[in-house]
Amino acid sequence: MRAGKAMRGVAVALAGALALTACGGGDDAGDSGPAKLRMTVWSANEAHLKLFNEIADEYRKSHPDVAEIKFDPLPFDTYTTTLTTQIAGGNAPDLAWVFENSAPDFVASGALLPLDDTLKKAEGYQYEDISPATLKLWQNDGKLYAYPFSTSPFGVFVNTDMLKKAGQKTPAELIAAGQWTWDNALATAAATAANSGKAGMVIRDFDYKGWDNLSTFWTGWGAQAWSEDGKTCGFNSPEMVDAMTTLHKATFTQKALPGPGTTADFFAGDSAMTVTQISRASLLKDGGFGWDLVPLPTGPKGNYAVVGQAGLGVMKKSPHAKQAADFVAFFTNPTNSAKLAQFFPAPRQSQLTAETLAKTNPKLKPEQLQKVVIDGITNGVVKPSHSGQAELSQQVRAGLDPLWQPNADVKAVLDGVCTKIQPLLAK
Amino acid sequence: MTQTDTRVGPAAAGPAPGPARPFWTSRRRDQLAGYLFIAPQLLGSIVFVILPLILVLWYSLHEWNVLAGTFDFVGTDNYKALADDPNLGAVLRATGLFSVGLVVFNLGLALLLAVLLNQRLRGTIVFRTLFFSPVVVSLVAWTIVWGFLLQDNGGVNGLLDTVGVDGPNWLRGEGTAMVSVIVVQVFKNVGLNMVLFLAALQGVPAELYEAAEVDGASRMRQFWRITVPLISPTILLTSIITVVGSLQVFAQIAVLTQGGPGTSTTVLVYYLYQQAFQFHHFGYGATLSIVLFAIVLALTVLQWQMRKRWVFHES
Repeated sequence: MRAGKAMRGVAVALAGALALTACGGGDDAGDSGPAKLRMTVWSANEAHLKLFNEIADEYRKSHPDVAEIKFDPLPFDTYTTTLTTQIAGGNAPDLAWVFENSAPDFVASGALLPLDDTLKKAEGYQYEDISPATLKLWQNDGKLYAYPFSTSPFGVFVNTDMLKKAGQKTPAELIAAGQWTWDNALATAAATAANSGKAGMVIRDFDYKGWDNLSTFWTGWGAQAWSEDGKTCGFNSPEMVDAMTTLHKATFTQKALPGPGTTADFFAGDSAMTVTQISRASLLKDGGFGWDLVPLPTGPKGNYAVVGQAGLGVMKKSPHAKQAADFVAFFTNPTNSAKLAQFFPAPRQSQLTAETLAKTNPKLKPEQLQKVVIDGITNGVVKPSHSGQAELSQQVRAGLDPLWQPNADVKAVLDGVCTKIQPLLAK
Repeated sequence: MTQTDTRVGPAAAGPAPGPARPFWTSRRRDQLAGYLFIAPQLLGSIVFVILPLILVLWYSLHEWNVLAGTFDFVGTDNYKALADDPNLGAVLRATGLFSVGLVVFNLGLALLLAVLLNQRLRGTIVFRTLFFSPVVVSLVAWTIVWGFLLQDNGGVNGLLDTVGVDGPNWLRGEGTAMVSVIVVQVFKNVGLNMVLFLAALQGVPAELYEAAEVDGASRMRQFWRITVPLISPTILLTSIITVVGSLQVFAQIAVLTQGGPGTSTTVLVYYLYQQAFQFHHFGYGATLSIVLFAIVLALTVLQWQMRKRWVFHES
């Protein structure tokens, strides 16, 4: 039948078209005309996007070859999954924000365009001003694959009103007395929670699932998720067992932390303290409650700091990769870096001064910026990251789940985590 | 049918010598019309069902590294990897548990509600609307609200607290998490099956019940001997829909438990999502989706075959 043949022809044509679309990967090297750039970001915060757009508008004034720069916010919780799905679907962005936990995968895969040549050649860029320590995670074979856009130390935001009402010493007073330790911080949190009926200490974004945020806690005990070379599990080390035992007791005995399945947002006034990054300061409401920002408490191994990092990379397959790399150079030049530092601490050494940061961080005092941000960036360790992090992360999450029960055997659970992830680490 | 189709003329009588037949015969016109009528559905099926199936099968024979941009043929390696997957047993157990729980609770409750709401009592329309309304609510919104209700300090435990019961941490316990997910899904869709059962119940002739009553049959005997056989085609339909739906559950798991605690709620669809989209093992994810397809197909065929034993209207 001729009509039947026609139908078969249409089906085959559609199949071919769809297959090409699916496998295309968005490699549209022949694209011409002014470029339209798209950059995926995790934040939909109006203040963040307003600043990004201002810088992009400024760039376009002097670059007519770029018609549009669109910042595309993706949900924080599923950011990397959504990004890789876009790449798989042939809808990859031109530029992407990459979290530290997926940096090894993105950097080693060759998905990103090397940026160092472009950045070094950009007029007035001052590449050598970037702190070498902040570049480590984003380099492979001596090439830089993403600009360490945000190196943001974790600190403790404190609701001073709540603590005072509960008759507790504030962290500032404890710091002055040399007593700002995790033991005292947890005791203060527990007492405030008991007094207020609200939560004590919240490790933000942990929620008994995002375990890598616990590195802000266990680093104080000298514990690590895995060894420096990434080959050996560290979850059942004596330091980690001590740290997790303390955390377990704080949660289920002291009630210093809200238990699993209980949500409490510090910025909505639901908890006395929260461990998070300074970029979250934008969530503080004027006239809300009295607050302070202090460094992480001292652990058994002394003072320490933990930083979260995000890199800004250019997708190698972008049809406008050259323009995108050029925009990165503009976006992160000394002038714009200083503007962005109000939310995202820059890796530029010249800008890591309390005076400079204070100009763009009106909510934070120079002393807070020095102790939390500058000292944190200088001395901090980056949150755990490893190649194949998503699979590792899932295994650790599943392995740690039994720990979040009142009668858990901490050592046995942590041994179980290592049993699960050691084969992945050894790959 | 012995009537001759006069419209087709000589074309219907087979090849015959003589002048060439015109191409545009009425038979061909009818055929074209038929194809045009089914074309939208056929096109939709090809583009959105058959083609993706073929592509998934194709992907399952490859290792696709999205970040590196490589797409390498690996033959049956992904299928061999199934046997070595340490999580697959737990995943299939969770999938089976969810399916059995959902089918039993959903169909049981839907039938119970339908029987109760089939009475001629005041307020039944209100209750029918009430039980059906979750069906039209956004699935994700429904699940998020239930997520809050099932928190340790959420509404469910608050209610239990008022009667002196200390409720568990529903979504964090290995046993309670699966029950919670099943209950959330049952309440979401029970109204749909309830409506189908109601329609079936209203099609049962009243005289059968009257005759049974005259014969002294109890209400329970009437239910098992009259109601169930006469609505068995609907039971078949709802069971197929519910079984297939139960094997495709995703949003509830993603929102409520993310497969935890441990792997207690990691059902097959959620696991293949993790493998493909979170761990970037797209080839293995495609293989898992082939496994899921095979399971759904096998169960549907099994149910369809079993209809001969218990569906009343079938011979």
